[in-house]
Amino acid sequence: MTVSVRIPTILRGHTDGAKTVPGEGATLGDLLADLDSRHAGLSDRIVENGALRRYVNVYVDDSDVRFTGGLDTPLSEGASVTILPAVAGG
Amino acid sequence: MRAESLLDTVGGTPLVRLSALWPGEEVRLWAKLEDRNPTGSIKDRAAIAMIAAAEADGVLSPGATLIEPTSGNTGISLAMAARRLGYRLICVMPENVSRERVSVLTLFGAEVRFSPAAGGSNEAVRVARALAVDNPDWVMLDQYSNPANARAHYETTGPEILADLPEITHFVAGLGTTGTLMGAGRFLGEHGVQIIAAEPRYGELVYGLRNLDEGFVPELYDETVLTRRYSVAARDAVRRVRELLAAEGIWAGVSTGGILHAALAIATAEAAAGRRADIAFIVCDGGWKYLSTGAFDGDLDDAEEALDGQLWA
Repeated sequence: MTVSVRIPTILRGHTDGAKTVPGEGATLGDLLADLDSRHAGLSDRIVENGALRRYVNVYVDDSDVRFTGGLDTPLSEGASVTILPAVAGG
Repeated sequence: MRAESLLDTVGGTPLVRLSALWPGEEVRLWAKLEDRNPTGSIKDRAAIAMIAAAEADGVLSPGATLIEPTSGNTGISLAMAARRLGYRLICVMPENVSRERVSVLTLFGAEVRFSPAAGGSNEAVRVARALAVDNPDWVMLDQYSNPANARAHYETTGPEILADLPEITHFVAGLGTTGTLMGAGRFLGEHGVQIIAAEPRYGELVYGLRNLDEGFVPELYDETVLTRRYSVAARDAVRRVRELLAAEGIWAGVSTGGILHAALAIATAEAAAGRRADIAFIVCDGGWKYLSTGAFDGDLDDAEEALDGQLWA
């Protein structure tokens, strides 16, 4: 599955400044491994001990992956993946 | 309806069927009109409950100074109550909130201090918490961690919805302090209702943290309460808030458009699956305070561009 991944400002040091990068994977976990092969260190900023870091949110087609299987969340062709730091609302 | 004080008129808001926006009987959509609270937003429930709890605990006494980080509505609710009860209020707000919110707070007699736009409400929380440490006689109710915030919704918003709509299957609300969802969501979840969160996805400026450790998750937040959580972009929120106005004559603030967007995603999925569903969602406030944001001007491209960098929810 080829998907498009939106990278937050704070992680663009790993993508040469690119806001959006393409990636491959049947699941989110596969995708992060694929991204890490071209953007070294990116996966470590998002995942720690096999789970998403506390202050990082990842959405597949606008849906928070913590409620859809986490790193096992399946990806469909052309899906949009968004990575964002957790910020306050209210 | 007769009341001894404006504070006693909080809650008891209408739940209105949206049959023009979503016709049909299998899946029904319901709006809980929280703009019908004393200062025009759902935050009146949390603000009044937090003050009452602090008074009961002896933390607040007459003449005290309150300090609170707020993007607007909680501050306005606190300002109204502070006027009525004789407290001084200082609100710390990100400088990229709408002008109306600052004007209304000032009108109610609150003092506004600004935190930098970059970092959004994270910075307001940080600045307010630092001020509270430096001024130990000030009282920070802290809507992000105060159990009275969620409890207000557990005890009022949730039961009101269940009483009006016993057949409810889904509840959709916005995720900010998380108080509404942690309270009403927890209550309704205990009655078998699926709980869906809609959080605003702002422009890049708002996520401009220096490092990921500066991220913020409200102390009230417990993800086990939620069934699903959606991130809604400004464009989708604006599109829906305009549809709500056009179809139903309900003029809501932009965050409500985000919540409606998530509610319609659920409605579409339930209808496609052939399931019966009664979906209730929160109308947080009216559209008045967002006139200057550009959300209601021009086409969707114009509104999206205007809202970029603003805290529109």
